[in-house]
Amino acid sequence: MSSKIRYKSPRALKPGDITLRSISFVYIGFLIILPIIAVISGMFKGGLANLWKQITLPQALFSLKLTFICALAIVVINVITGTATAWVLVRYKFPLKNLINALVDIPFAIPTVVTGIMLVLLYGPRSSIGTFLNKQGIEVIYAKPGIILALAFVTFPFVVRAVQPVLMEMDKDMEEAARTLGASRFTIFRRVVLPTLLPAILTGTALSFSRALGEFGSVVIVAGNIPFKSQVSSVYIYGEIESANTQGALGTAMVLLVSSLLILIVLNVIQRWSNKYEAHS
Amino acid sequence: MKPTPDPVDIEVITLWDKRVRREKLGKWIIIGLVFLWFAFLVLFPLYGIFREAGEEGLKTIFSSLKTADSIHAFYLTFITTLVAVILNTVFGVIMAIVFARQKFKGKLLLESIVDMPFAISPIVAGFMFVVLFGPEGWIGSWFESMNIKILYAIPGMMIATVFITIPFVAREILPILREFGREEEEAAATLGASRWQAFWRVTLPSIKWGLAYGVTLTIARSIGEFGAVLVVSGSIINMTQTATLRIHDQFMNFNYPGAFSAALVLAVFSFVILLFIQYAYKKKGGPLL
Repeated sequence: MSSKIRYKSPRALKPGDITLRSISFVYIGFLIILPIIAVISGMFKGGLANLWKQITLPQALFSLKLTFICALAIVVINVITGTATAWVLVRYKFPLKNLINALVDIPFAIPTVVTGIMLVLLYGPRSSIGTFLNKQGIEVIYAKPGIILALAFVTFPFVVRAVQPVLMEMDKDMEEAARTLGASRFTIFRRVVLPTLLPAILTGTALSFSRALGEFGSVVIVAGNIPFKSQVSSVYIYGEIESANTQGALGTAMVLLVSSLLILIVLNVIQRWSNKYEAHS
Repeated sequence: MKPTPDPVDIEVITLWDKRVRREKLGKWIIIGLVFLWFAFLVLFPLYGIFREAGEEGLKTIFSSLKTADSIHAFYLTFITTLVAVILNTVFGVIMAIVFARQKFKGKLLLESIVDMPFAISPIVAGFMFVVLFGPEGWIGSWFESMNIKILYAIPGMMIATVFITIPFVAREILPILREFGREEEEAAATLGASRWQAFWRVTLPSIKWGLAYGVTLTIARSIGEFGAVLVVSGSIINMTQTATLRIHDQFMNFNYPGAFSAALVLAVFSFVILLFIQYAYKKKGGPLL
């Protein structure tokens, strides 16, 4: 029997494939690519010199500095607390563990404005804690500690949820081996555990950093809009848009946009690197 | 008769014992520190909002929730969320299928582009639509000539919410589709199933919990979205004010009970969402919980 039957190669386009592909292209094109191109072209319309002038205005520059400092603080905080939380939740048994594990996601579920309100209720001038801290000369609301507190709340799940699954799948054999060979716990963590967790920690950290740079809802409530004191970049941009000064908003918006694109690239590189690492081991 | 233990063995055992005890102490110290941080960062604010609810009393809360403006705000949140969920579920599934089952140039780039709404600040996202739909924008000028209002109106708010939540569904089901389903779909096709049938009977059942997880995240984010919507809405009371915008507006006008009452509703609702998130996550076979 001659093999006249021709099997379709699995790679061949099936009917409807082109339609689905076109639908996706149009959706992504209109909703994501077009707005991004529109804002970028708007940025360059006034010329680079003008853009630079907008970025280096003292108030804009201060807001950018404050934003990046707070985001970096969040990176440090989340690397430590996120990894420790993931570690404790995966490796140890203790009372209330399930409750904590469930509540780790609450910052993702709760609207950021509500987060802001919660913090003002606790530490604001009307609260007893707020009055007490004010007497000690410590300002939380409308100041840097408030911003960092809000950002820490909002970004808390990123590192925990990135590290947790990796930690769960990790073999304990190597740690046990290192332990019987007399390595201290710190050495085991640094030499055995950390290298495996590193891609996950970096991923979670990059996500926290990106979120901290752009966060608006919680920060605008907690920090208010005080130039040269507690005004972060997203709030500055909002202020410029509100006062119909689109030009002024473009410069700072570009810095935030470029930073978020860079972070996306970094995340992709981490992803590829950890895939390679997995394939090797 | 017991054999007498070697003195060297005893020394090793006591050393090991000491080490185990030390490790146990270290374990409880770490647990304690994590617990303190968690209580301070997460539990304490949650406690704060519910304590405030007790102090304000249900009467005050209900009376500020019952106003027409407040009801309209929640209604608007509901509508924008509904639109975002429907569009991003349908198109999210389509995009994920295209990314998982097709090969074409620039696919990787396109996949990263779909992630962009996660990375971009909501304020910048809203700003992009202000530029695009503004009177001088590429599309805005056209709509203006057609006399259709997008910016500072509900359509603009819907578009902004849809933009912010695009990645959730697509991101959640893409890895599931990649991992399995192709063979089953092809088997269904050889058995004479149409694509549509293969999707409903084979693909959908395998992705359904991933889909549910993605949809829940979309709902959570749509309800909570603030920055992007604020910028495109203009926050006009009883017109373009969603629940989150209302909280902000009331707060700025020093109407704290008003802001707090609406915030409380959303906070309670986010616990419901949290339950859904965990349930769907468990069902989709996540490595946790």
